[in-house]
Amino acid sequence: MQRNVLEYIEETVTKVPDKLAFADDHEQLTFAQFYHGARAIGSGLAEKGIYKEAVLIYMDKSPGAIQAFFGVIYAGCYYVPLDEEMPARRIELIIENTHARVLICDEAMQEKVDKLNFSGEILLASALLEGPEDVRALAGIRSRSVDTDPIYVLFTSGSTGVPKGVVGHHRGVIDYVEQLSDTLGFNEDTVFGNQAPLYFDACMKEMYPTMKYGATTWLIPRQLFMFPIKLVEYMNEHKINTVCWVVSALTMISAFGTFEEVIPKYLHTVAFGSEVFPIKQFNLWKDTLPNAKFTNLYGPTEATGMSCYYRAERKFEVGESIPIGKPFHNTEILLIKEDGSPAADGEEGEICIRGTCLTHGYYNNPEKTAEVFVQNPLNPYYPELIYKTGDIGRKNSDGDLIFISRKDYQIKHMGHRIELGEIDANVALVEAVRTCCTIYVQGEEKIVLFYVGDIDKRSLTKELKAKLPRYMLPNTMIAMEQLPLTANGKMNRLAMEEIYYNQKKERRGR
Amino acid sequence: METKEIIREILEDMHSDVDYDTEEGLVTDKVLDSFDLVSLASELADEFGIQITAKEFVEENFNSLAALTAMVDRLMEE
Repeated sequence: MQRNVLEYIEETVTKVPDKLAFADDHEQLTFAQFYHGARAIGSGLAEKGIYKEAVLIYMDKSPGAIQAFFGVIYAGCYYVPLDEEMPARRIELIIENTHARVLICDEAMQEKVDKLNFSGEILLASALLEGPEDVRALAGIRSRSVDTDPIYVLFTSGSTGVPKGVVGHHRGVIDYVEQLSDTLGFNEDTVFGNQAPLYFDACMKEMYPTMKYGATTWLIPRQLFMFPIKLVEYMNEHKINTVCWVVSALTMISAFGTFEEVIPKYLHTVAFGSEVFPIKQFNLWKDTLPNAKFTNLYGPTEATGMSCYYRAERKFEVGESIPIGKPFHNTEILLIKEDGSPAADGEEGEICIRGTCLTHGYYNNPEKTAEVFVQNPLNPYYPELIYKTGDIGRKNSDGDLIFISRKDYQIKHMGHRIELGEIDANVALVEAVRTCCTIYVQGEEKIVLFYVGDIDKRSLTKELKAKLPRYMLPNTMIAMEQLPLTANGKMNRLAMEEIYYNQKKERRGR
Repeated sequence: METKEIIREILEDMHSDVDYDTEEGLVTDKVLDSFDLVSLASELADEFGIQITAKEFVEENFNSLAALTAMVDRLMEE
C-alpha cells in the first residue's frame, strides 16, 4: 500500500527518467532532474535540522517551485506556498500563523522577501539544489513517516479577515489522485496545460498525476490568459491534451470567437471547477470539440481537492445548470438539514463530506476547525468527523447532486473562493472608513463595495491593494452617505444590489 | 459623453488608482489582468454595441486609454 506521495516520483523516475516532467518557457525538468533536485533540497533542510514543520516557499510559478515543494516533503516537512499576488499583510498573517523558521525563495523574489517582516532563515532554492543528496538522512526521515503526516498548508479566505491554512496529508492526496485520475482517465500520454496558481489546491490535479503516470505538465504563462488566440496556439504548440481550468479561463476563449480562428486540436479532456459554466459558452466548447470529455468537478480545499464529478455528455438548455454529480469512490456526501437529520430525496440540505479525503483542518486554529469539522450527526456511536461545506444542495431525479446556494457570504469569483467578510474586515481597517459592506452581484460577476467615509475611491483602492490579494479587490466601489439597512437593522444587501443596478443604468442613460 | 470619457469611467471603476492619461502599459505592466480584460471587453461591447473578437485581443489594443478609444471607434465604424 502506498503511504507517501513521494513514491509516485520514485517509481516513475525508474521508468522514464529522461521524459519531460514539468516545463514552462524558462525551465524544463525531466523526471530525473526533478527527483534529484527535490532530494537535494530535502537533504539541505534536513542538515539544518528542519523537520516536521512549516516551510514557506516564495518563488515564481515555475517547475523549480514544484520541485521545492517536493524537497520540503522529502525533509519530512510541509510546504506553505506564498505568491507575489499576495499583499505583504496577508503574507505576514501567514508567517504569524505558521511560525515558520525557514523560507525558500528564488532570485526573482529575493527583493520582495527582503522587505518582508520575516525573522527566520531565508534559503535560495538554487543554493540548496547544489548541495549533496544525503541518502541516509532521507531514508531515516522516510522510515519515521506515516501517511497522516501533513504535506502542505494552503491558505484560503477567512471571514474574519485572517486567512485559514488547510492542512493536507499524504493519505488524502493519494486517495484524491487515485480517484481523480481514474475518473478523468489520465495516463502517461497526458499532457497537462496548467492554469491554476501553485498556492491553490487546484494545481494538485496536474502536479501529482504527472508524477504518478510520468505525464507532462506545461505551466502556461499567466499573461497568455489575456490573449485567447495566442493561448490556443501555445496549447497546440505543446500538444496539450488535458486541462483542468477555472470556468472563466475557458469562457475567455469561447466568448470572443476564438474558435473561428484556431481550435485546441489536441485537447481531449476538459475539467472545470465548482463554478457556474454559462451554458451558451459550454455548448460552444462542446460543439467545437465534440469528441472531448467534459467533466464538472466539485469540492472544497478542506476535503483535499475535488469530491464529486459529473460527466457533461450532452448539450444543455440555457437556464439549466450542470450538476455537481456523484462523489468519487471512497467519498460520501451527506445532505444534512438544519435540524441535523438527513435530507430526503429531492430535499435541500447542507453538503457534508465524509472520507479519507478530509484534511486535518486549519493550521494553528482549533476554533475555526471545530466549527466545520464536526462529529457526523448521523453517527452517535464513535468519533467520526465530517466536513460541513456551507454549500446547500439537493439531489435531482437522476440522483445527481445539484448546487443550490451558500449558507453564508462565501463566493466563488473567477475561480477564487472568497469570504466577503474578509474584504469587509480589511476595508474597515482603513482609518477613514466608517462603515462598509461588500456584496456580490451574480450574473455580472462583480464584487461591489459600499462604504461610508471621508476617502475617495482612488485612495481607498490604494490602501486596499496593500491588504488584499488582487482577486479580492472590489470591482466597483460606491460611496454612500449611509448604508441601507433592513427593518431589523441588518445590512440590506438587496437594496444595495438595486443601487448598483440603478447607478449602472444612469451611466447608460446618459 | 465622448467615447473616450465613457471608457475612462469604465476603467476607473476597475482601477481607480491609475492615471489613464499617462499610463501606456495597461497590459504590458500588468495593471489589468486577464479577468479585467474580459470584463472590460464585455462592458465595451455592451456600452457601444460592438463586437470585440479574439483577433482584437492583442496588447496594442488594450495598453492605453487612447488605444482602447481607437479600437472602439474603429469597431463602431465597421
